[in-house]
Amino acid sequence: MKDINILAIETSCDETAAAVVRNGRQILSNVIYSQISIHTEYGGVVPEIASRKHLEKIDGVIRKAMDDAGMAFQDLDAVAVTRGPGLVGALLVGVAEAKALAFALEKPLLGIHHIEGHVAANYLEHADLEPPFACLTVSGGHTHLSIVKDYGEFEIVGRSRDDAAGEAFDKVARAVGLGYPGGPKIDAAAREGKPDAIHFPRGEVDGHPLDFTFSGLKSAVLNYINKSRMTGEEINVPDLCASFQESVAESLVSRAISLCRDRGFRRLAMAGGVAANTHIRQRMMEACGKEGIDFFCPRPLLCTDNAAMIGSAAYYSFIRGQRDGLSLNASPGLMLGSRDIDASS
Amino acid sequence: MLTLGIESSGKTASAALAEDGVLLSEYTLNIGLTHSQTLLPLVAEIFSRTGKKVSDLNLVAVSAGPGSFTGLRIGAATGKGIALSRDIPMACVSTLEGLWYNVSVFEGYVHPIMDARRSQVYTQAFCGGRAISDPEARSIDELAEEWNGQDDRPHLLLGDAVPVYREFLDRCLRIPHSYAPASSLLQRASSIALLGESMYYEGKTVPGDAFSLNYVRKPQAEREKEAKGLKEFDIVHDHSAL
Repeated sequence: MKDINILAIETSCDETAAAVVRNGRQILSNVIYSQISIHTEYGGVVPEIASRKHLEKIDGVIRKAMDDAGMAFQDLDAVAVTRGPGLVGALLVGVAEAKALAFALEKPLLGIHHIEGHVAANYLEHADLEPPFACLTVSGGHTHLSIVKDYGEFEIVGRSRDDAAGEAFDKVARAVGLGYPGGPKIDAAAREGKPDAIHFPRGEVDGHPLDFTFSGLKSAVLNYINKSRMTGEEINVPDLCASFQESVAESLVSRAISLCRDRGFRRLAMAGGVAANTHIRQRMMEACGKEGIDFFCPRPLLCTDNAAMIGSAAYYSFIRGQRDGLSLNASPGLMLGSRDIDASS
Repeated sequence: MLTLGIESSGKTASAALAEDGVLLSEYTLNIGLTHSQTLLPLVAEIFSRTGKKVSDLNLVAVSAGPGSFTGLRIGAATGKGIALSRDIPMACVSTLEGLWYNVSVFEGYVHPIMDARRSQVYTQAFCGGRAISDPEARSIDELAEEWNGQDDRPHLLLGDAVPVYREFLDRCLRIPHSYAPASSLLQRASSIALLGESMYYEGKTVPGDAFSLNYVRKPQAEREKEAKGLKEFDIVHDHSAL
């Protein structure tokens, strides 16, 4: 069978990224321009600044992805782009550029779901992983427990009722003065701390054992900080970070394991930016080891936003026959599994 | 010399093809759909109707601001994608200059005014076939006062801020003034394409990587930061407030 080479573009948040992926599994290039340092001084991603930077950097990033892959545009079989969810202004830059490229090159165009991309990062890392499997997707905007029934086909069985796990990381990091981005900063600080130093609550949603809630945990951490400051007690930041992380890890691990037990899955994958967290990866691996579950997780660079994962997801959409038209729009609020519903929104 | 012009800085989505100073075709939509959905299909249609191919193109000229931030970026990214695919240069054509070009034969002052919200317009003054001020965001009151102080050569106004402020301007302006007819009131890709072509011959084109927009205004977060230091977000961690 002929190789399928897809150029993928991702601009949903604050990384301008492009990659060339072969047959959904082989990364030929993976270029990421991170804007983190620009947004750090604002304490979070500023959408207008992100959009401006994407436009400045996108050509160079695409060109480098093609050069790294040693390919000419004509060698491509399709152009894929993240169409949502994400920041609308940021998404639009990638979508407009990808559409114009596909049109000018007379190549098929595919709009891809960002979270589907995160899940597909596992296909890039683990050549032998194929659906069905259980999957936990944890990022700055999403906390989903799902069953990946087939490529691009999901059954969502649990989700966060309030903050996404990554949001909780950002808020806690800001509250203890670590700044943005919260995930890596808490991860680093927690390495010197004890996970059982402070007991923070594990959020439960009544009647929905597979759903998540992180707002109670967030409040507990903020209360702890406020109380310590009022009584003049010094906060041990590493202990606080480690204990906070442990609470998040416990919530994630317990639900993922109970899904596997309940539905008899022997394979569990984790995806999304929060999956790059050292402690969460460790806890998940240990828990899976105990249960005899095979645990899959991409390397950290493939957990955070990148275009290679979009190229992988796009391959499976491509062979299923998905083709998008030139009026493809960005869908900032796209829900997982609603790929074909809101093509005109 | 074949040039594609793209204009999506305001409410109109417009695409044009110009060849050696001749306008081959222009498509303009002003029907309120998002540019993200309409612009590229217009570009595709214009190629198919004129029988031209993307591989025939020598230049992509794009309206480079000021204007709607998102609209500008959709036009720019569309132009960049096409230019990148064939490694052809781009022309950053000022949106205000494009508007002026619609009525460039007018002798007297030409003032493109684009609604920039917050009682301001994006504007630039032209006279005698050239710009006599820089692009800026100004309050309409200030501008009216300034124009009233100028000599009595006629002033021609155009742009999407005309319907917004026409009544006000008729009341305030004491100088001879008129407005462009509806057919040349708003942004058009033909002006962008033809101006782009001139830039090509003047050696003023850029590679796609270097194409940049002139937003005139900084992002709000940047302005706030400059004005009063870092803005607080949704968590208070100011020790003195606890």
